Amino acid sequence: MKVDSNLKNVLTKDIFAVTAECGPPKGADPGIIQKKGDILKDYTDSVNVTDNQTGVVRLSSMAACAILRQGGLDPVLQMVTRDRNRIALQSDILGASALGIRNILCLSGDHQSFGNQQQAKGVFDIDSVQLIHTVRQMRDLGQIIGGEALSEPPKLFIGAVANPFADPFDYRVIRLGKKVAAGAEFIQTQCIYNLKRFKEWMEQVRERGLDKKVYILGGVTPLKSARMAEYMSKQVAGMDVPDDIIDRMKGVEPKEQRREGIKIAVETIMALKYMEGVHGVHIMAIEWEDIVPQIVEEAGLYPRPKISEE
Amino acid sequence: MITAERKPMAEIKAMLEPYRKILVVGCGSCVAECASGGEKEVGLLASALRMDAQMEGRTIEVQEMTLDRQCVYEFIDKLTGVVDRYDVVLSLGCGAGVQAVAEVFPDAFIVPALNTTFIGETKEPGVWIENCRACGDCKLGYFAAVCPVTRCAKGLFNGPCGGSKNGVCEVDPDTPCAWQLIVERLEKAGRTDLLEAFYPPADWSKQQGKGPRKIQREDQRSES
Repeated sequence: MKVDSNLKNVLTKDIFAVTAECGPPKGADPGIIQKKGDILKDYTDSVNVTDNQTGVVRLSSMAACAILRQGGLDPVLQMVTRDRNRIALQSDILGASALGIRNILCLSGDHQSFGNQQQAKGVFDIDSVQLIHTVRQMRDLGQIIGGEALSEPPKLFIGAVANPFADPFDYRVIRLGKKVAAGAEFIQTQCIYNLKRFKEWMEQVRERGLDKKVYILGGVTPLKSARMAEYMSKQVAGMDVPDDIIDRMKGVEPKEQRREGIKIAVETIMALKYMEGVHGVHIMAIEWEDIVPQIVEEAGLYPRPKISEE
Repeated sequence: MITAERKPMAEIKAMLEPYRKILVVGCGSCVAECASGGEKEVGLLASALRMDAQMEGRTIEVQEMTLDRQCVYEFIDKLTGVVDRYDVVLSLGCGAGVQAVAEVFPDAFIVPALNTTFIGETKEPGVWIENCRACGDCKLGYFAAVCPVTRCAKGLFNGPCGGSKNGVCEVDPDTPCAWQLIVERLEKAGRTDLLEAFYPPADWSKQQGKGPRKIQREDQRSES
């Protein structure tokens, strides 16, 4: 069906897409979202808004997406199954579409035990694959879970995530296949530092022909310091930061480490650009969104195409 | 079995504070098996209460009793004529046992000594692990006899989340990733086809849809 998502239009035109992540504030100030949106607007095709990432209470993803939309951006609503049951999720899917949000990214979400509400009751009524399937049924069949008809289906381009670095490794591509079969149309991956492993995963993806069925955007997070690299390697679940990356960061003066982090990010994007089956890059500059324009320019991905809505 | 752990002494003491005549009632089933509420634990707790009172210069009377099962009325009947002689019943049964005793003796005041914890198995002496949430719709046949509802921190039905690393759960490195176990067991059984299947949203109404659940089997009911 026709969905006027800028991200979809870029990807279907076979242009190497650029998306970026935008973390909403721990407060009610819309100005912070507007500011981040202004920085990212000309350098990205679409901007993801995280949904209470790491289980920390933040301004709602849907509200932030609506603010970005007002600012002329094409937001991607991240939606996790951790906090809402199927009634609330489906209601928010309809609400997002009504607000003009045209992309959704379906995730299970970081476990609440990592956040600032550790006593919360995790919902997990449905899982991420079931959420993808739910959005797809709502959009294409105009049906909610259980089969009841909607008066108007939501218009959404459906995304999901993949982590090529988690275990069990051989299952990762099966899980991607399940997400695609459930209805995912684009995939944003976990941050790539281990390019060798990512290439192995992409080989498995191509063997199964999944790169022909779904647009894959490789995740890139610029490192700010050697300490951040070590922290991500040891403390962040599902991250794979190999020793050579940590050593490379350690090998430069502390005040030069940001520069080195940017260089690694740009090199990763260049590698992704020429990798068969990779359709774009998703830059997750955690609380460092203002560096995205520089990375996009250095990677030769600026200016972004202007696609007229068809 | 149902597992339980004894509440902290301070909490038990606070609940008993207004009472002088205490009946401590254990249960010889699950909570005895997991060494939290059987005859032995009743004896230990009763002694601790007596000693505590003595140290603080209070006079209390503590009587010990352990029923074979605290959740079945026939066994609870043994308390008839005993309960009324005490100000309070300190139950070392699971939550079902505490409530069953309260049901049989509507005029008695019952307090729990245990925190009922989960349905689990004895992994090794002194180690119990949770492996069933009693969801009322067992799917172990699809998941190589490893329950994702219980043993995956997110209860995922369609594969592991992105946090599984080296076979352990991101939430607790002492817990094996349920999905790692499922994948390995299905591979061994030559049933990886089950990994490709899409599992639709669960029917939680079988667990918590209409309040407390009830099983009524006409073939098991007595004529009276």
